[in-house]
Amino acid sequence: MNTDEKQLHWLVRPSTIRKLWIGFIIVLALVVAAQTMVYIKGYFGFDAWFGFGAVYGFVSCLIMVLVAKLLGFVLKRPENYYDQPFAGPDVETKNDTVKEDGHGV
Amino acid sequence: MGFDVFPPAFVLLIAAALIGLVRGHARTAVILIAPLLTLWAIWQIPDGVQSTVKFLSYNIEPVEGSPLRRLFATVFAIMVFVGGLYSFRIAKWYELAAAFAYAAGAIGVCFAGDLITLFLYWEMMAIFSTIVVWCGGTPGARAAGIRYAIMHLLGGVILKVGIEGVVVGTGSIQIQAMLATDFSTWMILIGILINAAAPPVSAWLSDAYPESSPTGSVFLSAFTTKTAVLALILLFPGEPILIGLGLFMVMYGIIYALLENDVRRILAYSIVNQVGFMVVAVGIGTEMALNGAAAHAFAHIVYKALLFMSAGVVIYRTGKNKCIELGGLFRTMPVTAVCGIIGALAISSFPLTSGFTTKSMISQAAVDGNLMWVYMALTAASAGVFLHAGIKFPWFVFFQRDSGLRPKDAPWNMSLAMILFAGLCILLGVFPELLYALLPYPVNYEPYSIGKVLFYLQLLLFSGLAFFVLLPLMKRTMTISLDTDWLWRRVAFSLLKLVEKVLDFMGELLAQQRHRLQQFMHRMAVRYLGQPHTADSKERGMFARSWPIGTTALWIAGLLSAYVLLYYF
Repeated sequence: MNTDEKQLHWLVRPSTIRKLWIGFIIVLALVVAAQTMVYIKGYFGFDAWFGFGAVYGFVSCLIMVLVAKLLGFVLKRPENYYDQPFAGPDVETKNDTVKEDGHGV
Repeated sequence: MGFDVFPPAFVLLIAAALIGLVRGHARTAVILIAPLLTLWAIWQIPDGVQSTVKFLSYNIEPVEGSPLRRLFATVFAIMVFVGGLYSFRIAKWYELAAAFAYAAGAIGVCFAGDLITLFLYWEMMAIFSTIVVWCGGTPGARAAGIRYAIMHLLGGVILKVGIEGVVVGTGSIQIQAMLATDFSTWMILIGILINAAAPPVSAWLSDAYPESSPTGSVFLSAFTTKTAVLALILLFPGEPILIGLGLFMVMYGIIYALLENDVRRILAYSIVNQVGFMVVAVGIGTEMALNGAAAHAFAHIVYKALLFMSAGVVIYRTGKNKCIELGGLFRTMPVTAVCGIIGALAISSFPLTSGFTTKSMISQAAVDGNLMWVYMALTAASAGVFLHAGIKFPWFVFFQRDSGLRPKDAPWNMSLAMILFAGLCILLGVFPELLYALLPYPVNYEPYSIGKVLFYLQLLLFSGLAFFVLLPLMKRTMTISLDTDWLWRRVAFSLLKLVEKVLDFMGELLAQQRHRLQQFMHRMAVRYLGQPHTADSKERGMFARSWPIGTTALWIAGLLSAYVLLYYF
């Protein structure tokens, strides 16, 4: 561990984060693998398929994030949208473009 | 007539007045003891109508007990106690007084035995919650409070129209189950749904709540929407339209929360999402579903208030409320972070939290009713809740990148309030029987089976994976998202501007014409009656000239002969 890393809180050191990812992936694999031993009672047939919960959770989140992203192009406005004087329904003020911050993550 | 039992709402009303009258430790005592007295009063109310008062020709029933009503009143009273504990040191006294009166309205609705009492307490909530919004103290809070008040007073009018119609139609002011079949019942349903933040007016909630003070939003999150859920359970159990409406609210809340940057607005959208689950349950309408709606409302109030408290501490300590500006706060705010995470896990219905033991009842009710699509939508929504509230809120506030902020952790009273509610989230998750015993119908439901727990773990953990994989798509932007309130904040506003412009134009046109008429009259007057200045050498006006005497004599002769001729004939 070099000195740069020591200055960081232990939780945000890259080495810790890598370990957390590995741990997380092991847990993910385990909850799917556990289905070989634990019977999940499906209510409608297909929801008892192997790994259905995992796939369904991931895919529905993917769809929701994509829908939100697409809607965002239409719906997002700058924060002061309702505060600034309004020129007319067809006039886009120059503040109306949305900028993403570069360091979101 | 008379009061055989003391209405619990009055305890809080008296306390609200006392908060303004006393100060110092006495005020603190009122804030902390009054909710406990209320709780005691709530549990003194037996089932059935307790007292009737004759008003006009109606028998008003201010207090009617039932397990369902006591359940909601209980969680409201607990909420007032913990909310009071959380806020008594930093909130303004008038904010607390308004919050107590607001809660009194909510508890009044719980025990209202007839539609007139219900309406009175309903309006009381509207008025005092508006004051709580205004206590945010910023120009934004002022404007949002006005919009909030307009929406709720409008909802009150619609509700009143419906109540009048039902009273005239049936002759009864009793609160009894009905379906939206005619105009009056529709009006009642719409009036209630406005308070439940149902589409198309969900925007009032995410507009107003984040503008209030950090303490005010804790109170606001609890009462209005949940009294609406109670009213739906009492008045419209099994109303099929509620299923579709509720599913829409569930998805709306997730999508908008994903787009949002303001921490408390994320939580506000997730209120709509959670109330959507309850509305679906009321729409299903079976005993299991109504039990689920009531239990979920109870659990929801606790963890949602916990989340708002956690966010409130962050805003109180840092003065910042945007995801972009926050991050990395876990270093110096461990208590707030842990309590926030527990609330986030509970809202995501993780096993061993109150969300799991209550929300799964609603899913079970959908299964029992063989509503496959509803069940699948609710399950997808559970994954979505983890995505938008369960991870997003703690991640962007407490982890994410290091914002460089090193605020102190919560003051002792705020920590204690959060720990109490965090403990309750886990208690109800581990020992669900405690809550099940209070539900309106006998509970024949086993929340924990190993297969179900595994299924939910798969669902939730892979949603978590989706969150971290898709993080690049979820960069925060300094934006708001347009909602239906755009129609009245922008379109209606610009229409108003347009009307103003047209009127301005017409006014100008009229002024112009009047000016021209004035000039014309002036010209005529000058021409025929004379000139203003007589000393110049110009020719005078027609009637002001000096006519030759001969012409005058001729005129007079002509006139006289005409007169003679006329007289003669």
